Amino acid sequence: MPLEIPLLTLEARATPSVSAAWLSPLLALTLTAITGAAIFLIMGKSPGIALYIYFIEPLTSWSGLSEVLVKAGPLILIGVGLSIGFRAGIWNIGAEGQFIAGALLGSAPAIFFYESANPLILPLMMLLGILGGMGWAAIPAFLKTRFNANEILVSLMLVYVAELLLIHLVQGPWRNPQGWGFPGTRMFPDAALLPVLFAGYRIHLGTIIAIVVPLLVWFALAKTPFGFQIKVFGSAPLAARHAGIGEKRMIWVTLMIGGGLAGLAGVIEASSTIGQLVPKISPGYGFTAIIVAFLGRLHPVGALLAGIAIAVTYIGGEGAQISAGLPKAVTGLFQGIILFYLLAFDLLTRYRLTRITISKSAT
Amino acid sequence: MTELIIASIMTIMTAATPLIFAATGELICEKSGVLNLGVEGMMLIGAVFGFAAVTVTGAPMLGVFAGALAGIFASLIFGFLTLSLLSNQVATGLALTIFGTGLSALFGLEYVGKTIEQIEPIYIPLLTDLPIVGRILFGHDPLIYLAIGILGLTAWFLRRTRAGMILRAVGDSDYSAHAIGYPVIAIRYAAVAFGGAMAGLGGAYLSLAYTPLWAENMSAGRGWIALALVVFASWRPSRVLLGAILFGGITILQLNAQAAGFGIPASYMSMLPYIATIVVLVLISRDSARIRLNAPACLGRAFRAER
Repeated sequence: MPLEIPLLTLEARATPSVSAAWLSPLLALTLTAITGAAIFLIMGKSPGIALYIYFIEPLTSWSGLSEVLVKAGPLILIGVGLSIGFRAGIWNIGAEGQFIAGALLGSAPAIFFYESANPLILPLMMLLGILGGMGWAAIPAFLKTRFNANEILVSLMLVYVAELLLIHLVQGPWRNPQGWGFPGTRMFPDAALLPVLFAGYRIHLGTIIAIVVPLLVWFALAKTPFGFQIKVFGSAPLAARHAGIGEKRMIWVTLMIGGGLAGLAGVIEASSTIGQLVPKISPGYGFTAIIVAFLGRLHPVGALLAGIAIAVTYIGGEGAQISAGLPKAVTGLFQGIILFYLLAFDLLTRYRLTRITISKSAT
Repeated sequence: MTELIIASIMTIMTAATPLIFAATGELICEKSGVLNLGVEGMMLIGAVFGFAAVTVTGAPMLGVFAGALAGIFASLIFGFLTLSLLSNQVATGLALTIFGTGLSALFGLEYVGKTIEQIEPIYIPLLTDLPIVGRILFGHDPLIYLAIGILGLTAWFLRRTRAGMILRAVGDSDYSAHAIGYPVIAIRYAAVAFGGAMAGLGGAYLSLAYTPLWAENMSAGRGWIALALVVFASWRPSRVLLGAILFGGITILQLNAQAAGFGIPASYMSMLPYIATIVVLVLISRDSARIRLNAPACLGRAFRAER
């Protein structure tokens, strides 16, 4: 008698499913919340209250919303830049270092002209911030195009170098002479600080920049041949070569965009919420932005939304630490889990689940 | 003077050992065609679970075992996603590192500041007492011998055994290996798990023998350096040993130079291992023919058998 075994199998889709691509981030976030509930339960906390603090409470007050957007700013800027590179298959994972390099170079005017009231100092700082990030990203770009050195490892090694450089500067040459020996530079003059938008809230001009940039990038990618070239380069490198899209140019351009935006994020952070340079200026924005890029489907507007979503967990994590005694480290764990789920669901954009029946004669 | 040289060799070996473990595991993993960028995360998981096991049980070897086991578990998440769900290996590896950093930080909170008994060097009467070579050959902690032993076995496995040949075939030509009838996915799972065990051991070495304590992010980029070592070694085990000792030497050199205080800021000295990694990568990679010749041809590519 033949035995009918129903099986689920994967069938490759002719073209990736767009709806599945946008659905998987939502599914990933939902499942992360459920997994989070389980983790809280194990830690002996009430999952309902903890989830509320993490994911809802930051959105229930104006100050919470303002904090979320402030936190989202650097994540969005870096995430947008990384999206472009990842789309082309160029893996710049050293954005954290480019963020620091941008903050370092961009802050130099505020530190050396600490009594300046010149309104041009701020635009100069922004420009230097972008250049600093670009310069740091130029190292992996040059070593990749000239010597074929792996950009993943080079850009990552430079994160440690940038962190050590920052520590050295704020403890030594750039240390505030009136700072009682504490590591950290002078506070920036008012002219070198990005203006806040509403009195009493921390949301500032840099946040607006972070919201406008993804829209500009979206427009640029949709309306220029370059956007198309990136797509072709990432999905079909051979076809790209035949179409005359140079690999070296693509590596340079994507790393410059990624590095420049990370550098801009760095100088914005230094000249807004921090207002000086200290030994640690980033809670890992450059790495979290990798998640933002993927969660945002490597799309600039996606990165905008994903940046805000991830920022909610950061602010929620701070709230949970204060009000529920939950360790901050939970946030990092959540971020890893979100990415795991997301990558798992991505299967459904390229394959569809179909039922097949295998007939087996039971002998 | 001889005492100083002997002491230097001993400490260089301790700095090299976590790299030997992690790079050997990654080498096997990459030889099967799988690029796992999660080494850093797996090392941290191995370090914290190894440390926790020793804190609870007091048995150092149980800690070593727990570190390896935790590394395997972490690597199997990666394996499931990349091999069964065909996710992008680069992205999934990064996810594993982010996950491992978060998990180890959270799980390790209650172990910060605790101390344990360090794993002691071995002592063999007569042999260890030999002048000069005694301690260099017979005076390390047992894990150093384990690392070198596993590395030697790996070299033998890849070159001399049939299973090793099949592993290389899977990494160089997955579809042909599948057509001949080898279980490509199962072999890759095994290679990924081995990579996880080794990274876990490397991490456990850090928290049990190198510095017997747990601190957040204590691997400090060693997982990434191990990845670079595999490229440096052109996927050959013997060169992993050479590379690891080289990096161990640089680490110890910069620590000693910091202590001696040559007037070079400590931060600059601490940059040395990372800058050396970049320099080494550049030197090796400029010969792109050699990379092409030695790199597993299917590295990083997803495989799915057609029905």
